[in-house]
Amino acid sequence: MSLHPFAIELLQFCLLLGLAPAFAGWVKVLKCRVQGRSAPGVLQPYRDIWRLFGKDIVLAENASWLFRFTPYLVFGVTTIAAGIIPLVSVDLPLSATADVIALVMLFGIVRFFTALAGMDIGTAFGGMGSSREMTIASLAEPAMLMAVFTVSLASNSTSLTQMVSVMGHADFVIRPSLAFALAAFILIALAETGRIPVDNPATHLELTMIHEAMILEYSGRHLALIEWAGMMKLTLFFALGIASFCPWGIAAGGDIGSLLLALALLAVKLMVGAAVMVLIETGLAKMRIFRLPDYLGSAFLLATLGMIAFFILE
Amino acid sequence: MTHSLAAQINSLLAALILLSAFALLAQRKILGLVHIFAWQGFFLALSTAVIGFASGEHHLYISSLLTLGMKVFLLPYILYKLVHKLKIHRDIEAVVNIPTTMLLGIVLVVFSYHLTAPIRELSNLMTRSTLAVALATVMLGLLMMVTRRHAVTQILGFLAMENGLFFAATSATYGMPMVVELGVALDLLIAAFIFGIFFFHINTTFDSLDVDQMAKLKETD
Repeated sequence: MSLHPFAIELLQFCLLLGLAPAFAGWVKVLKCRVQGRSAPGVLQPYRDIWRLFGKDIVLAENASWLFRFTPYLVFGVTTIAAGIIPLVSVDLPLSATADVIALVMLFGIVRFFTALAGMDIGTAFGGMGSSREMTIASLAEPAMLMAVFTVSLASNSTSLTQMVSVMGHADFVIRPSLAFALAAFILIALAETGRIPVDNPATHLELTMIHEAMILEYSGRHLALIEWAGMMKLTLFFALGIASFCPWGIAAGGDIGSLLLALALLAVKLMVGAAVMVLIETGLAKMRIFRLPDYLGSAFLLATLGMIAFFILE
Repeated sequence: MTHSLAAQINSLLAALILLSAFALLAQRKILGLVHIFAWQGFFLALSTAVIGFASGEHHLYISSLLTLGMKVFLLPYILYKLVHKLKIHRDIEAVVNIPTTMLLGIVLVVFSYHLTAPIRELSNLMTRSTLAVALATVMLGLLMMVTRRHAVTQILGFLAMENGLFFAATSATYGMPMVVELGVALDLLIAAFIFGIFFFHINTTFDSLDVDQMAKLKETD
């Protein structure tokens, strides 16, 4: 028995929406354990989102339509990305509509509107956060594209589903280019999802915050949507990394058995990936913001070296 | 180990050598530079051994051991002692234009790729594709000597260049004759001692290892 492609698409959306908070909770639990604190439980993000949905919205008097519209846009666009990245199967009808460049653009749209909303109210924190976020984005986005292009070169396609099916069935070859691209991707993913060497996800009302500064004025269901989208973005970056660099096990079609196997493998890969990220986050201190161009510059260098290594050595 | 697997491992090691050359360009701490240099030597020795195994040229094992002894243990140890004796082990070099240097480095890599493309077509050795990396390592060492001002860093750039030349020899012709390699190793050792003496002299004369200070020697009229 096998599922219709659109059913798989629907399954992916449900998976991402439903499991992203659990994944964020898992990361938090691991981090607490590693740092010797008592953990809140894997389900805490669900409770947080539920609590925020029950609260009233407090809006500033001068908030424009942009400020009210942004949370829905951020949530919607992030959800669409789940239709493009193969989580459990490559048989996705939506993936024909958008390749990996469009995916980076989708994340760009989210960032653009969040930055605008941060400046909309006119508080000092919002503007500061927006400015920092755009600084990082302007350096991270080209590096991200270069890293993904290296995988595209190896698989001769920019479509994610195509990349997964080619890389998942290729013979075992040591590819230095992919190792470079993976290193660059890890550096960029930490920057894009606002994790520790770049931004601290657990900070509120500190002068060093970046993402939190932009969404400081949000409350109630707006905040719930933005936080939920943030968790989905974290999960999506992991899924993108898995799809590009470790695609083994992602199902080729809609066969129920292989879908279940893919699901189990995805869970294992996500858990291992989270553990790696937690170790990185615990081992490093947050970087000074003026050092970030160096950090993102080296990510860009690694990605470019990966691309050059593909031409020279493979 | 099959022939193609050896070639792949060699490619990976070439990539790591290239990466360490870039790391040398980016590193500001003197001791960090010495460590990266030792790693570069280690990858080089490993790559030489792999090529020796795959090609059946057994004298490459000797050069591999020589590289391991000289460039991973002896030279870094001498530099380490020097740095401690001169009390500059906490020095952080004030280089401002690292991202620009990196971009230049990438341009150099692409340039050496184009330069070695004809040789790549002519050769039928399994290591032909790593020749571009070897040339790039030489160029990156040169770039490091040009852009850095600290005497120890310049020497490290020079030694990295020598690494690149050695790698070029193994990838283009499966290594130089044994006599030449022994001679080069001896030269390097002597060079390291002479550098040490020079460091002491520069340091006692100028109270610093910044070679820009040497401009003071110019007579102004």
